[in-house]
Amino acid sequence: MDALDILFSASLWAAAIRIASPLIFATLGELISERAGVLNLGIEGIMTVGAFAGWFTVYQGGDLWLGVVAAALAGSAFGLLHAMLVVPLGLSQHVTGIGITLFAASLTYYTYRLAFPEVTSPPKIEPFAPWPVPVLSDIPFLGEALFRQTPLTYLAFIAAGLVGWFLYRTPAGLAVRTAGENPAAVEAQGIDVTRVRIMAVVAGSALMGIGGAFLTLSAFNSFYFEMVNGRGWIAIALVVFGSWRPGKALLGALLFAAFDAYQLRLQQLAGIFVPYQIFLMLPYALSILALILMSRRASYPRALMIPYRKGER
Amino acid sequence: MRLEPREAPSLALTLAYPTLAILAVFVFAGILVSFSGANPFSVFTLVLKGAAGSQFALFETLTRATPLIFTGLAAAVAFRAKLWNIGAEAQLYMGAVATVVFGTGLLPLPAPLLIPILMIVAAIAGALTLLGPAFLKVRFGVDEVVTTLLLNFIIVLFVSLLLEGPLKDPMGLGWPQTKKVIAEAQLPKLIQGKRLHAGFILALIAAFAVWIINARMALGYEMKAVGFNPRAARFAGMKVDRIMLKTALLSGGLAGLAGLSEVAGLKGNLTLDLSPGFGYAGIVVAMLALLHPLGVVAAAIFVAGIFVGADAMSRQAQVPSYIAQVMVAAALLAMVTALMFTRYRIRWK
Repeated sequence: MDALDILFSASLWAAAIRIASPLIFATLGELISERAGVLNLGIEGIMTVGAFAGWFTVYQGGDLWLGVVAAALAGSAFGLLHAMLVVPLGLSQHVTGIGITLFAASLTYYTYRLAFPEVTSPPKIEPFAPWPVPVLSDIPFLGEALFRQTPLTYLAFIAAGLVGWFLYRTPAGLAVRTAGENPAAVEAQGIDVTRVRIMAVVAGSALMGIGGAFLTLSAFNSFYFEMVNGRGWIAIALVVFGSWRPGKALLGALLFAAFDAYQLRLQQLAGIFVPYQIFLMLPYALSILALILMSRRASYPRALMIPYRKGER
Repeated sequence: MRLEPREAPSLALTLAYPTLAILAVFVFAGILVSFSGANPFSVFTLVLKGAAGSQFALFETLTRATPLIFTGLAAAVAFRAKLWNIGAEAQLYMGAVATVVFGTGLLPLPAPLLIPILMIVAAIAGALTLLGPAFLKVRFGVDEVVTTLLLNFIIVLFVSLLLEGPLKDPMGLGWPQTKKVIAEAQLPKLIQGKRLHAGFILALIAAFAVWIINARMALGYEMKAVGFNPRAARFAGMKVDRIMLKTALLSGGLAGLAGLSEVAGLKGNLTLDLSPGFGYAGIVVAMLALLHPLGVVAAAIFVAGIFVGADAMSRQAQVPSYIAQVMVAAALLAMVTALMFTRYRIRWK
């Protein structure tokens, strides 16, 4: 198989969609938060917590879907902590976010080591099995690429639709968007900006938690240290790349994942000539490139990272 | 509720909240420790003994504090100008790469010449690593938090590539590691037979130098002004972009020196586990020090003490040494919260 053939193989696109799934959850989560005006750099740690909470729940005998719920709850708990510190107290969103990431990740690792003091090979669970959609999965090419995924992947796409609908079609979504553009206007409507922002961060963090859980419940079957591996930071770049719009962010995540899946296959082809580290660098380099390309056109929420204090200005 | 600035916070208040914050961290950690079935008090006694209970422990703590002083200064310098450099990890590794490139025999010079040259190349390597993201920030408005974070991953992979390729030690039995630096490149030990090395003195000098820059030089004033209000600084005729780039060079250079100090002072060669997150811990150090360069020294020793003490403790008690990371991260969050309360009071209405 040469480099071009790979591009037209259904397995490449099936892999791309699989790789995109955690990024879609995480990107949507960050997007909601940033649309409300709050940067959440806790994302990397919140995904780690979600990955562990989901996996640990299932390991303890819980249902897989209970694991997803646990991941969402654990993620939102740390989201609440971030929100309380940066919204009502107005602390630096940069410093607090990094603090949340360090705190959430280290707390996860501590808990893991408490639960498994001696293990050398991480304990495994039975993850989500692929769930072929009747009829649709029999379509040639498309069926294999799109409709033989695990349930969490379908959920990622549904979540993208729901977030888009919520932000643009509901009054609450309008409040969230306005809180990130012109918080005083939200206040003028008699809506509490602080509450809107806190809820946006918490809801977004629940999605980040599920994004993390995708790794342990769907992509792999175990929890590893450092397994989130920068996906949170990539999601932050994808939010910018998607101009803070759910549809574009979804496309960005898919494009990114397709590229990632492609390079993984190319690696097997060209691995003899090019050091594997070059391939591993590509996703991160691509994220930086995307940021540069979009920087001129980026129309970020105008109140992003600006704490809102009632009555000021 | 809303926040109301305090007119003039008293000294007692300024001290009370941070003390309370550190106390809260220990209480929280104590609860976590008790989940392991161990007695928190005996565990913390072990941590304290491991960090400062003997001459050996104290030297170990100072040795661990050395890279943290450098990365803490790197964060403090950058954050003061509101340049969010989260990439000290990458800059440290590039400083280390420069050290092994020039220090493993390429320059056959006597130590008094070679060590200053290595310091310069390590600082330049670190500075250039941050210059990229800083340039993207001032030229294209690309958020430096994300670019410096992503660059950490890229640089670690780059180092891995070097360790398995051009910089691999042919005598290393296949391990991904570089050759040892030559004897002339090694920083002398401060005390015969101990691990504490001259890098610690360099770190103290660096802290002092940053303090002089901040307090006495135009650049220090400019960096503060740009961090406080870039628009006002521009209005006052300052070249804000250029000051940002200078800040980046200074900050990246300091982190690069951490790499030099670890390689030439302690490890001798470069491996992929050179830094167990010194770059990230530097952020905590800088915040605990309120971004003050001399405070960085104290904060670095405190954080290093927790790490060294926890390592020693976990060898004796069945408590994971990750408790140290939890405490350091919790200290960051507690401290920024405490500082807010020294400047504002909450009014419920």
